[in-house]
Amino acid sequence: MATLPASVESLIARFGPSLNFPNPEGIAGRDEPDAVVKTHCCFCGMQCGIKLLVKHNRIVGFEPWEEFPFNEGRLCPKGVQRYLQNNHPDRLMTPLTRVPGRGFDPIGWDPAMERVVSEIQRIQSAHGNHAFAMLSGVSLTNEKSYLVGKFARVALKTRNLDYNGRLCMVSAGAGNKKAFGLDRGSNNYSDLAHAEVIMICGTNVSETFPTLTHWIWQARDNGGQLIVVDPRLTPIARTADLHLPVRPGRDSALYGAILHQLIKRDWLDHDFIANHTTDFDKACEAVADYDLDWAERITGIEKAKILRAAEMWGPARTSFLLHARGIEHHSKGVENVLGCINLVLATGRIGKPYCGYATITGQGNGQGGREHGHKCDQLPGNRDIENPEHRQYISQVWGIEEKDLPGKGLTAYELMEAIHRGEVKGLLSICFNPLVSLPNNTMIREALEKLEFYVAIDFFLNETARHADIILPGSLHEEEDGTVTTAEGRVTRIRKAIDPPGDARTDTSILLELAGRLGEGERFRFQTSEDIFNELRVASKGGTADYFGITYKKIEENMGVFWPCPSEDHPGTPRLWEDRKFRTPDGRAHFHGIAYRDPGEVTDAEYPVILTTGRVVSQYLSGSQTRRIGKLVRQYPEPLLEIHPALATRLGIRDRELVRVSTRRGAAEFPAQIVETIREDTVFIPYHWPGKKSANQLTSGHLDPISKIPEFKVCACKLEPTGKIAPSPDESKAWASA
Amino acid sequence: MNTFRVDQEFFLDPQRCIGCHACEMACAECETNGQFPMIHVDYVDRYYTPQTSVQICMHCEDPVCARVCPAVAIEKDEYGIVHSAKTDRCIACSNCVNACPFGVPRKIEPMDLMMKCNMCYDRTSAGKRPMCATVCPSGALFYGTREEMARRRPNSSPVNTFKFGKQTVKTRVNIMMPKGSTELVVDANG
Repeated sequence: MATLPASVESLIARFGPSLNFPNPEGIAGRDEPDAVVKTHCCFCGMQCGIKLLVKHNRIVGFEPWEEFPFNEGRLCPKGVQRYLQNNHPDRLMTPLTRVPGRGFDPIGWDPAMERVVSEIQRIQSAHGNHAFAMLSGVSLTNEKSYLVGKFARVALKTRNLDYNGRLCMVSAGAGNKKAFGLDRGSNNYSDLAHAEVIMICGTNVSETFPTLTHWIWQARDNGGQLIVVDPRLTPIARTADLHLPVRPGRDSALYGAILHQLIKRDWLDHDFIANHTTDFDKACEAVADYDLDWAERITGIEKAKILRAAEMWGPARTSFLLHARGIEHHSKGVENVLGCINLVLATGRIGKPYCGYATITGQGNGQGGREHGHKCDQLPGNRDIENPEHRQYISQVWGIEEKDLPGKGLTAYELMEAIHRGEVKGLLSICFNPLVSLPNNTMIREALEKLEFYVAIDFFLNETARHADIILPGSLHEEEDGTVTTAEGRVTRIRKAIDPPGDARTDTSILLELAGRLGEGERFRFQTSEDIFNELRVASKGGTADYFGITYKKIEENMGVFWPCPSEDHPGTPRLWEDRKFRTPDGRAHFHGIAYRDPGEVTDAEYPVILTTGRVVSQYLSGSQTRRIGKLVRQYPEPLLEIHPALATRLGIRDRELVRVSTRRGAAEFPAQIVETIREDTVFIPYHWPGKKSANQLTSGHLDPISKIPEFKVCACKLEPTGKIAPSPDESKAWASA
Repeated sequence: MNTFRVDQEFFLDPQRCIGCHACEMACAECETNGQFPMIHVDYVDRYYTPQTSVQICMHCEDPVCARVCPAVAIEKDEYGIVHSAKTDRCIACSNCVNACPFGVPRKIEPMDLMMKCNMCYDRTSAGKRPMCATVCPSGALFYGTREEMARRRPNSSPVNTFKFGKQTVKTRVNIMMPKGSTELVVDANG
């Protein structure tokens, strides 16, 4: 049913993506704004402070916010250009209904809401409550995340709610819970400043978290040394003291081999291990045979470099280990994370000044969103939806019977598979573009086409929402008040700068009205975002992610508060574990025995090259916002296939030649960019683009067994030169590829 | 009122550039620049390295761009800022474009004018920092006092003397070099 109602080309012509450029003469009103609103960037987990300039209910520009402590005015190009998502010609400003053959026609709010509610009720009465699912995302504030979680369980009464954080930091979250009993970066970034050694594992910091570069450089100015683990020589790896170009999918072998060396050289904190940890013996046993020769063979890194990494990490007095999607987007994502944590615990360098460990949460509210809302197995406060006590507490906060609280649902990719199998028949999505961001997206498209009813809430018509029956125009980041929790665990204030334009409404008001029409209005009596936050505080109370002591006033007075913050007189917790009281049941940090295993798909004679994917600095995730901002598109107009000259020569591939890349899931053509800055056995394609330019046509649906994160970072591919040289990048229309 | 802070200097460290282009985009936002950036980020050679380099006007003590200008359109002010060509005088002859040892001025074709960085005079004269140095996420561009720089970067020294063969150029803008450096020799053999 949810096939496209008109040709892709006609939908693109009407709804974009189209490119918004600033006016060369400047935007009227910038010199004399009506308001200067201190808020945060709408993109990544750094959540840089920024001031938005408002004139006549429009965002007309920005000013750096130099007083905000994390970024002190610093921004990346996405932050500089973020204001151009406002006043965008593609903005959805009226509810739309799908009309086969024509595309979408405007429809009033009332008929749109009536249709949505009747379809939800029809599907749920025919096929059960769980046949209607919801997919959400963590660009949403804590308030909206909490509201989505409550809405899905209480109003939709479905267990099938999951979110785009499933493609982001769930491996890190699962690993952190296993090791520490709590899911948050252990330190804020000021602990980087005097770390003697910093190890960055699978994170292209300078392109994906540019403003974090400052803190890393600060450590280096103070004499710190930098180790970067990445199959590519990224801009941050270029500056490293030691670059370990790991073969994709072999990360846990590297961390096992480093642990083997720490044990062999006795670079261990025996007191810390004895008094504050468990299962060190299991960690040792798992790596007993992981000598340098073995590690070189598996990881493809010269053994001298692996030894050097151990020599740098082992005896240091202070250190900080950071990781991100590069080690987490794997069918062994949780194992890779635990392998890194083993190195931190073995040396006891945690919970002290300049001794740190953290995953770098990717999305704007990746941290807070996963704690309070839309994760299929969690309840607010980072509670477990299968834990009877946790269920009882949240049921009481929500005013429902515990038996009426749904259980654990399917994760995002599994949910699309269930739609594909016909088990789930209806979908409500907000803030998620799975057609671009999930792997193996031919299957995703087929699944969308099988839906009986699909309603999307969004501010632009993203590629996935083109399949919707009803589109409800929601709000931009700058159109609602709220809070987000940054990658550091700092809860900050998002300030409303303007009202939604036209007939667009706030996401919150849309969900509240739907809840009312579904008969649950009395449980959703919120007047303001702060009302929602105040209920969130109570719901999180006593959980590991305890926000009870955080108020809007306190956040504003302190420019952010770090959770846990259990009472109003508590100052918050910038650095975890100073008290050595870990949140595991036994109060100790847990080592894990991590035995190496291969990734879900390995190369063979038919598919002999490793394909890995990632991001570029000028684009953000599935590009719904950044593929609509002119200068960001011009900076890197089309996805390129990064390939080493040795491999290119062997296959007869020339620079900018279109190369056909095939995997077991699909095939696509990309211009070759021949560079010496990637491993010879690996090619790289960034994933922000849709349609025929989508790297996720190729990636695999192998999932981590615990976190269910898809294995975006490694699969096997075949490369064939086409003989055609790609047109100039200036002519590329990849941003709106069909 | 002009509140230009004479104790503030610009420090450029191209080694730290991560090629993100935030500076270019922020610079272009200035209405007087008409969406053209006055700062330029380029790959050194992408085949070999992701290293980029960033270039702003170095604001020479004796600016050759001003000396070769036949229309006397380029002036250095009392604070050492070499201003962009005055629009009513510039004849777009490109003498300055060819003469600048750092390759800074560019002729902007649609306007038929030379334009270059004036160290965000509208901001710096109001006591603010230049836009590029405010947003730069990696510290490749920094604006502050010499003491602050010494404290932040104990292993580097600011250098503002450049030797291009036999010619010595002194600039208001500093470039960060390994500690103890006193000059940057671009072409020792002339």
